[in-house]
Amino acid sequence: MSLAVKNARPSLWRRLDPAVATAFGCIVLLLFVGSLYSRNFLSPEYLLQQLKVASFLGVIASGMMLAILIGQIDLSLPWVVTVGAMMSCAIGGHGTWGSLLAAPVGILCGIAIGLVNGVGVAYLRIPSMIITLATNAVAQGLMVVYTGGFSPRDSASPVMRYIATGFAIPGLPNAVLCWALVGAVTVILLTRTTFGRAIYGIGNRERAAYLSGVNTRAIVVVVFALSGGASAFGGVLLAGYASKAAQSMGDAYLLPAIAAVVLGGTSILGGKGTYLGTVAGVLLITLLQSILSVMQIPEFGRQIIYGVVIIGMLLLYGRERLLR
Amino acid sequence: MRDWRFWLAGQRGALLAFAIFVVMFTIYCANHPAGFSVNVVETAANKGVLLAFVAMAQSFVVITAGIDLSVGMIFTLTNCLASALVIGSPLSAGLGVIAVLAAGALCGAINGLIVIYGRLQPIVATIASGAVFFGLALALRPTPGGGVEETLADAFTGRLFDTIPASLVTLVAVAALVWIPFRRSVTGRAAYAVGSSEPAAYMSGVPIRRAKFVAYTLSGLLAGFGGLFLTFFTYTGDAAYASGNTYTLFSIAAVVLGGVSLFGGSGSAIGAIFGALAFRTIGDLLFVFDFDPLWQPLFQGVVLLLAVSISAFGLLRVRNRLDWFG
Repeated sequence: MSLAVKNARPSLWRRLDPAVATAFGCIVLLLFVGSLYSRNFLSPEYLLQQLKVASFLGVIASGMMLAILIGQIDLSLPWVVTVGAMMSCAIGGHGTWGSLLAAPVGILCGIAIGLVNGVGVAYLRIPSMIITLATNAVAQGLMVVYTGGFSPRDSASPVMRYIATGFAIPGLPNAVLCWALVGAVTVILLTRTTFGRAIYGIGNRERAAYLSGVNTRAIVVVVFALSGGASAFGGVLLAGYASKAAQSMGDAYLLPAIAAVVLGGTSILGGKGTYLGTVAGVLLITLLQSILSVMQIPEFGRQIIYGVVIIGMLLLYGRERLLR
Repeated sequence: MRDWRFWLAGQRGALLAFAIFVVMFTIYCANHPAGFSVNVVETAANKGVLLAFVAMAQSFVVITAGIDLSVGMIFTLTNCLASALVIGSPLSAGLGVIAVLAAGALCGAINGLIVIYGRLQPIVATIASGAVFFGLALALRPTPGGGVEETLADAFTGRLFDTIPASLVTLVAVAALVWIPFRRSVTGRAAYAVGSSEPAAYMSGVPIRRAKFVAYTLSGLLAGFGGLFLTFFTYTGDAAYASGNTYTLFSIAAVVLGGVSLFGGSGSAIGAIFGALAFRTIGDLLFVFDFDPLWQPLFQGVVLLLAVSISAFGLLRVRNRLDWFG
């Protein structure tokens, strides 16, 4: 056997993360269970519809994944989603320019909140769980003052609606295209840039990354800004989909986003995880929610099954090493 | 002399929270139309005690370097349970109280077992178990309703000797009967050791599993007390997702305000109580100043943001830059 063969990259099978493989296995299992219930589960229309619904969570979870990879967490997600939606709707009402600028402005608002989170975590060294909770409360407070506590009357601009529901490529919803775009950028950032290397480094040990000459604090700030931007983009898409923003529309996305990232094999302690896993987690959560609602299981049953499935799957592959 | 300074250093967080609470409460009473009267104190106590119970519950787990994101859902579940069980004759109501508290402790114990034997990270495990607890609460009370034995409820929410709020007395009694024995026991010390450094605690032969299990179980029990009191105040059970979530988030804020480190191993449940009372008083300050209630969430958020930023002053004392990274 020559040396060259030994040094070749390990085979695809060896490189496959068991967590990601299990997650995809569970997706197949869910589809199988669903198809026993109704034939429609395997129809292209249903699968495409699920992909479209998953893309909102997918965009939001991409940001959450970056935050979790550096060993932090972004709990400001619910109201950043809402801020993105409400601000873009507010701008969208002001003529052609407003309509065009609606989405970028919404995303910029999310980035601004993310920057506050990042500065708090990186420079003030406040635990991310606390500072993001506080900015979440501030964002909520700002939106309550802005809307007077009611759903705002502004509706989404035509451009936003096109981004969320249109078809730039026939047969493929634009929302899915957006997720693919966000996903591609995330994958390139994580695997092809020094920035991505630094993210994994910080997640493993920030001290070591700092001593290796990485400007860890700047990177943490950028990661939180990206996380805020992704959440707000998710909000813009949701507003375009529902054609308006609503109070606490982001609340339903915090736990699924964290669950999707963790079910995809990303360590909640940071430093380990692939984007493919997050995609698997997002699809898994979306399919689970969809199947439970198609089976017309009442809300309480859905919550219980949802929790039990997450714990059960994590027990399969998310366990930590035994302390020895 | 040195013992005294050592104690003071250990209680700095709790004392700071106590000071903030006293200042805030003085401002609150000074500007309240009714002034410092029994009624004002009773209302404030009844509001504060709920968060104080949940914050105490959170502090037990945080001390072991974990976090319990299901604490608000245990609170909601026990609220719904109490609205169904604490009814009828004194005997059945009394048994109902015990059942509700046992259910709370059981929820906590389940969290503990998942974290200890399932070896899952507390943050994700409790998010998922919180969904289960909320589902159970919703199954019990799809719409707000139920009732509670009103004489019993009024006894716990009224006043003792016409002056002292009974809820406050209960809080002190529970703190004395649950927290102090825990703090002084080997298990309690083990919980602090686990929070400081789990590998070091393991190497020293500290009973890690017992410490964690007891901490999670007591946390559930205290959340159960909170749920019970919520039923005493409202006379109904309500499986409200938003309210449960808010209590979880506020409990974390209260714990941090009360000087319990989220990295584990320092702080106390007493600090968490004062953190909770201070947090509640800050939230209510706006009402006495006649501001538009619409501004309350923003005000509370900004105060929270400033309060957590204060801890950054500690960075000025850091001599080695590597200490930034904890």
